[in-house]
Amino acid sequence: MTDDVILQVKDLKAYFKLDEGLLKAVDGVSFDLRKGETLGIVGESGSGKSVTNLAIMKLIPTPPGRIAGGQVIFDGKDLIPMNDNEIRQIRGNKISMIFQDPMTSLNPFLRISTQMVETIVLHQGLDKKAAKEKAIEMLKLAGIPAPENRIDQYPHQFSGGMRQRVMIAMALSCNPEILIADEPTTALDVTIQAQILELINELSQRLGTAVILITHSLGVVAGMCDNICVMYAGRVVEKGSADEIFADPKHPYTVGLIKSVPRLDKENKQRLYSIPGQPPNVINLPECCPFFPRCDRAMDICKSKYPPVADLGNGRTVSCWLYGEGK
Amino acid sequence: MNESENLLEVRGLKMHFPFHTGSFLNRKKGYIYAVDGVDLHIKKGETLGLVGESGCGKSTTLRAVAQLYKPTAGKVMLKGRDLVQLSQGELMSARKDMQIVFQDPYASLNPRMTTRDIVAEPMRIFTKAGILSMSKAEIDERVEQLLERVGLSRFFKNRYPHEFSGGQRQRIGIARALALKPDLVLCDEPVSALDVSIQSQILNLFKDLQDEFGLTYMFIAHDLAVIQYISNRIAVMYLGVIVEVSESAELYKKPLHPYTQALLSAAPIPDPEVERKRQRIILTGDVPSPDKVRTGCPFYDRCQKHMDKCKDHVPLLKDAGPGHQVACFLYHDPA
Repeated sequence: MTDDVILQVKDLKAYFKLDEGLLKAVDGVSFDLRKGETLGIVGESGSGKSVTNLAIMKLIPTPPGRIAGGQVIFDGKDLIPMNDNEIRQIRGNKISMIFQDPMTSLNPFLRISTQMVETIVLHQGLDKKAAKEKAIEMLKLAGIPAPENRIDQYPHQFSGGMRQRVMIAMALSCNPEILIADEPTTALDVTIQAQILELINELSQRLGTAVILITHSLGVVAGMCDNICVMYAGRVVEKGSADEIFADPKHPYTVGLIKSVPRLDKENKQRLYSIPGQPPNVINLPECCPFFPRCDRAMDICKSKYPPVADLGNGRTVSCWLYGEGK
Repeated sequence: MNESENLLEVRGLKMHFPFHTGSFLNRKKGYIYAVDGVDLHIKKGETLGLVGESGCGKSTTLRAVAQLYKPTAGKVMLKGRDLVQLSQGELMSARKDMQIVFQDPYASLNPRMTTRDIVAEPMRIFTKAGILSMSKAEIDERVEQLLERVGLSRFFKNRYPHEFSGGQRQRIGIARALALKPDLVLCDEPVSALDVSIQSQILNLFKDLQDEFGLTYMFIAHDLAVIQYISNRIAVMYLGVIVEVSESAELYKKPLHPYTQALLSAAPIPDPEVERKRQRIILTGDVPSPDKVRTGCPFYDRCQKHMDKCKDHVPLLKDAGPGHQVACFLYHDPA
């Protein structure tokens, strides 16, 4: 199994030094990504899911942020100690990323062709003409009609869904091994969301790309992912296969989260469950379980110590005093 | 249908926005047909959900109902009075019965006002205008009551909006909307900007307030599961018109319009097993721009079941079962 692992994140920490105190946005996140796998990272805003992936790509703004520890092992090498030149060989080439808002991640002053050709020339060493041909081929693959004409247009001439297709074409143009998609469909309508998710699914299967999908939507994760990491207050609280997590969630937070989403396929006559309270402020977080003030199964120990990771077998882990040795 | 039991009745509502393009010498004028003939009614104590993709005109409909836009045509009857025909002064007193909760809890609260001022403002304005008569102490007491009712402590009243989280701000927005004891609350995507765990808290709050005060809601959301949970009846909008209206449970069991079917099949369900078995209808293309006068069905270009007659005839909303109306030629012929 371990030979298939292409990305290993070990105890990754990303801290931000703010006027109010130390913000531990990501505090000891570990996971493995296997070849061809789609891994979902779910969590609410502020849970550290985006920062985790920015840290993997070494895109944390420094200062105020810094990577405070951990390893990101890709291709047998740790990305964290790499300098800018070394990481540029990987970023956008072997690991590429698409963002939530396709309008702000494309340069509005440059034609699509200029932006795509630049990447391809830089990473693949093709000449400009060949790079443009490659770009047109990728746009076609991403389902953009008449790519020969549209490639010379500017980002504002595309609709939201089309822009996201351009981003996907651009991200996949260097045949990356890993595609990180940070809330790729949050800004889009449901019918367009379905189109884009289908596209990511199809292309990643065809090109053999592993995908890390960051989202707050449990519905999207359920339809797309093989495995899931649930994040809360900068840590992974539960990890496992999508089927198992949805069928039998262990961590009280995951349980509450799944129960609090209204479901289309059920008649919602009874009252929706809701987790009480607010997500915690992660600045100067004490060393307890951050979920305990909202947890309906909180015990005394939860107030004093962060729970260790309990291995439930089959790749399933959970950080909660209800499981493992703490039980 | 008994007219008197409808709290709100909208007939033939149209909202067209003019725009200009071209250079100074070659000026062209056109219209965005944002809302193009909407009929709907809401009974007292009921929740009508309005669902559709961005640009379908659901927010414009709500704003035209609230008279924040002067409608191009149509009637908006609230408690039997046509709001479109009212003078400024009459409209103000009518607004006491109708309040709005907005989507963005960051933009809809004035950052320079304390919570107390935000919630008290409607009462102060209506007292000043002579529509209400409340003393300062009464207003203050009501602010505290409202804050506690929406789940905030009364000690929060001197704080500013930036000191609250998104969910708490939305609670302030709800308290403000309730300050005048309205009958109708227009909710424009009030939970779309909130996290999952907070979203369910606010949805439950809306339901509790409805039971307690007998409120009537017009509720907009783009999340179909949210709409199903909160609504008694649902109207599906596409390109400025309502294409289907039905009881909420019926709509999910038996969607008739091809657009409704596609919309329901595109909405993800948080269950991997269900997701694997589902057949998705993936629509091609984007929602067309609403800047043209249409001669056929608005959904024609993206519809998988379109027929020749759909191109030249506009389908009207017609009965297709008890309480279920659909605008589609699959269910009735062009008249």
